[in-house]
Amino acid sequence: MTRSVETVRGAIVALLVAMAAGSVLVIVAGGSPLEVWRTLLTSTLGDRASLGQVIFRATPLVFTGLAVAVPLRAGLFNIGAEGQLTAAALTCAVVAALVPSSTPAVLAIGAAVATAMATGAAVGATTGALRVYRGAHEVIVAILLNAIIAGVALWLGNRSLFVGEATRTATIVPGAVLPSLGFAGSSASWSFVGAVITAGIIFWLLARTTAGFVWTATGRNLDAARAAGLPVDRARVSSMALAGALAGLAGAHFVLGHKHAYENGLGRGVGFVGIAVALLAQGNALAIVGSALLFGLLAQGGLGVAGLVPKELVDVLQAVVLLAAAITMRVRTRR
Amino acid sequence: MTVAASEAAATAVVPALRVRATRQIGDCLAVAGASLEVAAGTVHALVGENGAGKSTLMRIVYGLTRADSGLLELGAPVDLAHHSVAGAQALGVGMVHQHGMLVPTLTLAENAVLGREPMHHGLVDRARAARELVAAARRVGQTLDPDAVAGELTVGERQRAEIAMVAGRAGRLLILDEPTALLTPDEVDALFDLVRRLADAGGAVVLVTHKLDEVARIADEVTVLRAGRTVATWSYEVSTDEIARAMVGGEPPPTPARPPQPAAEAPVGLAVQGLVVRGPRGLAVDGIALAVRAGEVVGVAGIEGNGQRELALAIAGLTPITRGTVTLAGRDLTRASVAARRDAGLAHLPEDRHRHGLIDGATLADNVALGRLAEVRRHGTIDRAALDALTARLLAELDVRPPDPAALAGALSGGNQQKLVVARELDRPGVRAVLAVHPTRGVDLAAVARIRDRLRAAAAGGAAVLLFAADLDELFALAHRIVVLYRGAIVGQLDGAALADADARTRLGRWMAGAA
Repeated sequence: MTRSVETVRGAIVALLVAMAAGSVLVIVAGGSPLEVWRTLLTSTLGDRASLGQVIFRATPLVFTGLAVAVPLRAGLFNIGAEGQLTAAALTCAVVAALVPSSTPAVLAIGAAVATAMATGAAVGATTGALRVYRGAHEVIVAILLNAIIAGVALWLGNRSLFVGEATRTATIVPGAVLPSLGFAGSSASWSFVGAVITAGIIFWLLARTTAGFVWTATGRNLDAARAAGLPVDRARVSSMALAGALAGLAGAHFVLGHKHAYENGLGRGVGFVGIAVALLAQGNALAIVGSALLFGLLAQGGLGVAGLVPKELVDVLQAVVLLAAAITMRVRTRR
Repeated sequence: MTVAASEAAATAVVPALRVRATRQIGDCLAVAGASLEVAAGTVHALVGENGAGKSTLMRIVYGLTRADSGLLELGAPVDLAHHSVAGAQALGVGMVHQHGMLVPTLTLAENAVLGREPMHHGLVDRARAARELVAAARRVGQTLDPDAVAGELTVGERQRAEIAMVAGRAGRLLILDEPTALLTPDEVDALFDLVRRLADAGGAVVLVTHKLDEVARIADEVTVLRAGRTVATWSYEVSTDEIARAMVGGEPPPTPARPPQPAAEAPVGLAVQGLVVRGPRGLAVDGIALAVRAGEVVGVAGIEGNGQRELALAIAGLTPITRGTVTLAGRDLTRASVAARRDAGLAHLPEDRHRHGLIDGATLADNVALGRLAEVRRHGTIDRAALDALTARLLAELDVRPPDPAALAGALSGGNQQKLVVARELDRPGVRAVLAVHPTRGVDLAAVARIRDRLRAAAAGGAAVLLFAADLDELFALAHRIVVLYRGAIVGQLDGAALADADARTRLGRWMAGAA
């Protein structure tokens, strides 16, 4: 319990430090900090549509945050959510467009989501297996796979999957579309509910199950876990497979809940922001929901303050939040 | 009054060292007002159990650890608040640490001048460094090769070289922290000759140790620390029993007998055949054949680095086996996974409990689950109630303190950590062989007794026990048979009556040093 209190306190300190640094930057940029902060809040929490947009932007970050947090437990750094997401979104869109249009929603969505998860899991498992059995560092492998997958997806699209002049696949069948969550016409869809439920499941998985225990033991002391006879190799690969499946859900969110097709460049950057989301939440699956909402708020608020300060300032602010979080965490572990 | 007596009186007035200090580390007082006074020209043994504060007190004297309060005199009063290693060295204090501080890839001469290299036209003057080291060694009666690479020397050679380097600069006080832990009996003799010469030349030597026979052999005076306080100081003759009582604060645990001799027809429990293990530099294990019968304790002696680690890890399944076989109760486990070995009944008390035994940052309960997951698993989740019950039972069995399943393993003392590993591993159902690697190293006397009892019980219960120890006392206390490893091979073996011979230790020591 004290640990989670400290996590929350660390996050708040990080936020305050980021706000102070942000204010300085706003002044340097010639703006008024008070006005910027007020606009940032009113353009995100001021009305239901804006709130819906925050939720919409937070949704994929929950998934990619979890995709980073799970392998982190097992001692691996998943920088490959980008590629996992892209590969999953492409196959998901193909399946969701190919199923007969009369397919019941449950089956259509189920098939599309399962395809996305399986594709992401395959990419993740490949990265994990190359690390565990071939000794190739997962960060290097993931960076290369991200580039390879982006290229292959574009090639496949141009060759056969994109329709018309656009770099966009065929629109998915209506039954596979995730319904909107309302919020006054915002882009938020039911995938956010799925994200929250997924975070709950991952939290339970890590805290209560033997699989979660094996991951945690492996990540904390690989040698001790191996000496105790735990299946550490399998655990590390499976953590990356699950991470890929979670990143795949982010891809499914974009395809089924937003674009209703695969588009080139879809979800770009979400995998990397997921790293920041997971680190700010210190790997806690439930805290990731809050962390993702904060980053969603910053992304949405960035549009609101665009007239007051350079748009890049909000990107800088995100980085400052992360930096502040890294510093407060460092202080915490030193004690 | 004779001249000699008046000189003795003068040195008694101004001791080489007088210290009293308090130092809090974390939540506990590592040193709680412990004091020590060492006369010039004497060898002073500082004894106490692990965690008694011996090392911390000496680190305060040497300026490595700051005292919260206290006083320090090194001939003259020293300001403890501004004390430093450089200051201690300037006052003629030197300290040699248990595991040595030499950089293994550098030569002895390079090590000797590290950080204060003699320069000549902007280059390191290696010739001068070598000359000075040889001269310093000669002053303390040592000969050494200044161009030898530290990592290629034996532990004993490295330690003597380090003492030679330090002793030359430690005219007032030389502190030796557990210096004999890694030495053969012959090397211990050589070390003690050197210590005696240094004291006779007028220097003071503090010997931090927990080996009471060494105290009796070499020390002029003894100070006992317990729980951060000085509980006794004796001069000259004092019985080791009396010291032991002061260390533990009561009657020391009795020395129990070896486990019962296994029956001659007892089946072989654990066996290795023609075992070869490749190490970073050539063959670490070079063709070892060894069979341990059910109920038998076989001790493996040898200087550290002669293949013990690789042999143990190969049996445990943690390092690849190049050639040969490992069998447990007749079952070939050479290529089996760690899990399969454990399921077959192998219990492993690893040499490095922080690396292979425990997760320091996890709770005691989670550390129990680490080795007993199959017993607390229920429908894919961990049955916390069953785990807590199992943990509570194991903690009680070996008196692990604090007996709190939610405590962090890293917060326990070394002895309690080791007891936790021992309890967890040996209590597993169906243990048929025990691989115990330095099971009592760095552990206090009470814990040593508990752990040895548990190993005895395992053997008496029919397990084949393979016991690795650097400490011959441990092997003599437990083993029915002792084999000696030298350069990855078994070079000698003693059992039965030969173990009881007066010259048993000498013979083992010769083998350990590589003599035929």
